[in-house]
Amino acid sequence: MSFLEVTDVTVRFTVGSRLAARIKGEKPPILTAVDGISFEAERGESIGIVGESGCGKSTLAKAITGLVPVASGSISLDGRELAGKRDQALRRRIQMVFQDPSSSLNPSLTVEKMLSELLRVHQVVPRDEIADRCAELMDLVELPQSLLEALPRRMSGGQRQRVGIARALALEPDVLIADESVAALDVSVQAPILNLLNSLRDNLGLTLMFISHDLAVVRYVSDRVIVMYLGTAVEDRPTAQLFDDPRHPYTKALMAAAPKFGVKKAPGESALKGEPPSALNLPSGCRFRPRCPLAADICEQIEPDLIGPSETQRAACHFAWEENEIPA
Amino acid sequence: MTLPPTSSLDAVPEVIEPGAALTEPGIWKKMPKKVYVGAGIVALYILIAIFAPLLAPLDPLEINPVNKLASPSAEHWLGTDELGRDVFSRLLYAARVDIPIGFLGALLPAIVGTILGALAGFFGRWVDTAIMRTADVVQAFPAYILVIVLVFALGQGAGSIIIAFTVLAWVIYARIIRSEVLRVKDLDYIHAARVAGLSRLRILRVHVFPNVINQTLVYLPNDIVFATLGLAAFSFLGLGIPPPTAEWGAMIADGQPFIRTNWWLATVPGLVIVGLGLGLSLVGEGLEERLRA
Repeated sequence: MSFLEVTDVTVRFTVGSRLAARIKGEKPPILTAVDGISFEAERGESIGIVGESGCGKSTLAKAITGLVPVASGSISLDGRELAGKRDQALRRRIQMVFQDPSSSLNPSLTVEKMLSELLRVHQVVPRDEIADRCAELMDLVELPQSLLEALPRRMSGGQRQRVGIARALALEPDVLIADESVAALDVSVQAPILNLLNSLRDNLGLTLMFISHDLAVVRYVSDRVIVMYLGTAVEDRPTAQLFDDPRHPYTKALMAAAPKFGVKKAPGESALKGEPPSALNLPSGCRFRPRCPLAADICEQIEPDLIGPSETQRAACHFAWEENEIPA
Repeated sequence: MTLPPTSSLDAVPEVIEPGAALTEPGIWKKMPKKVYVGAGIVALYILIAIFAPLLAPLDPLEINPVNKLASPSAEHWLGTDELGRDVFSRLLYAARVDIPIGFLGALLPAIVGTILGALAGFFGRWVDTAIMRTADVVQAFPAYILVIVLVFALGQGAGSIIIAFTVLAWVIYARIIRSEVLRVKDLDYIHAARVAGLSRLRILRVHVFPNVINQTLVYLPNDIVFATLGLAAFSFLGLGIPPPTAEWGAMIADGQPFIRTNWWLATVPGLVIVGLGLGLSLVGEGLEERLRA
C-alpha cells in the first residue's frame, strides 16, 4: 500500500443555476472536472501534474486538500480515508501552496501572526515555543527574521511565495501540494523557489505534488509526471522517460508546443489542432480523438485505458505501446 | 503612496490590492491632513456638548416673555427666541442632544449591519436569503415614512429615533459588507485557512472580517452626518425630541416664521449643523483615500 493513494477520483460541478434548470424542467448540466483519476505516491516522492488550463489539475489538487468534495472514488493517506469529512489532525497532513502570491496571504496579518495562529490552533508546539518556531520557519524558507513583522503588501512576490510555503510547513505536513506556485513569479524568482521546494522535500521527507502548465518547471522538480487531459490522466511515467520518449500523442504535442531555445516557429504552426472539447459534451471513445493525429476507428469506439508495460509506465492511447511491450 | 516592488505581480491583474490595513503599525499617524482637520472640528463639537453647562452663559430653558425675539446683544449673543430663551445657550445645549443621537444613530446600524452582512455573505444559503430578503423589505418602504411610523409606535424620544435609524440604516452596511465578504471569501488566503483546518468562525473573525471592515469605517462618518441631519429633519417636522429640550432641527423650525425679521434664529443652527457635517465629511473622505486604495 502506498503512502498517498488516489483511486478513481471523480469531481463534479453543477453548472449554472439549479433553480433555472428546475423551472425549465431539466436537470442542471453537470461538469465532470476530474474523471476517474488514479495514482499513487510514496513518501518523499515528487509528482508533477501537467496539462492545459481547464484540464482539472487544480480541481484534483483541491479534492486532495478537501477544498472541493469528491463525487466518487477514494483518497487515502497512510491508510486513512480522506474522501469524506476529515478531522483537523488529518487536514494538517496535506497542505498547499497557492498560485497567486498577491491573494494567498491575508493582507491584515503580519507573517508572525499568520504563522503563530496556525501553530497555536493546531498545538504544533507549546505556547512558549511559538516565537522560536516562527523564526525556524523563516530560516527554513530562507527569509530574514525581520520580515516576521511585515505585512504582505510590504513584500515582493517571491518573498510572499516563501511565506506561503512557510505557512504550509508550519503544520508539519506529509504532503505538500504546489498549485502553479511559480506561475505568477518572474522567471528569475522561479528558480530559487523551485530549489527551495526541492531541498525541503529532501530534508523534510515531504511528498510533493507539483501542478503546472509549464513542462520545464515540472521536469525540474518531479520524479514522476502525470499528464492530464480533460479530467483524466493520459500518461503517467517517470520524468526522464516521459521527456525522452513520450508515448501519448497529447504529451508529444505538449512537448512540441513548448518553446525551445534557438528554434524558430512560424506563427500558427501548432502541434495541436483546435481547442479541447467541452467537458460538458465529451466525444465518444477517446477524448483526445478530435485533436489527435493518430485517430483511427478504434478510437471512436473504445476509450483507451491507462495501461503500459508496468505500473510506473502507463499511457492511455491505443497506439502508445507495441503489442509485445504490454504484458498480458 | 509608494508601492512595494511588485514587478512579479504584473501578470496577475484580477486582484485589486486592498488599501492599507488598519492593523498596519502607525496607520493613524499616516492619515491625510483632512482627517485631522475634520477630526478637530468634530472634537470641538464633542467638547462643546460635554462642557455646555460651563460654556453656556444662561439657562437654555428659562422663559422670559418680556424679552422675546430680542436682537443680539452683549447679554444675549444671538438674541432670544419667541419665548425669550437665550439662543446661544440653547445652541450649545442642543449639542448634548444632537451629537449623541447622531453618533449612536449611525454607530448602531453600522454594528448591526456589518455583522448581518458578514454573516449573510460568509454563510450564504438560507442565512443569506433570510437576511437579504429582510433588507429588501426594509428598503421597499419609503425611508421617512418608516421612521415616522416607528417613532409613532415607539413614542417620541431619543431612544425611538435611534431604534428607527437602526432599523432603516443597517441595510446599507449589510449590503456593502456582504459584497465585500463575497469578494474576499474566494481569495486564496481563505482557501489556505480552510486547508489548514481552521474553524469557520475563526476564518470569519480573523481572515475575513478585518479585511472588509474598512468599508464600514469609510462609510460611518458620512452616515453620522445623515443621522444628524435626519434628526434635525424629524425635529423640524415635530417628530424628534419633544420640546422644550433644545435641538438644532427644532430651533430651525421654531425660527422659521421669523426668517424676515430675525433671520439668525433659523440660520445659525443650520450653519452649526453644516459645520459638523463638514468635519465628518472630511474625516470620511480622508479615511476613504487611505483605506480604500
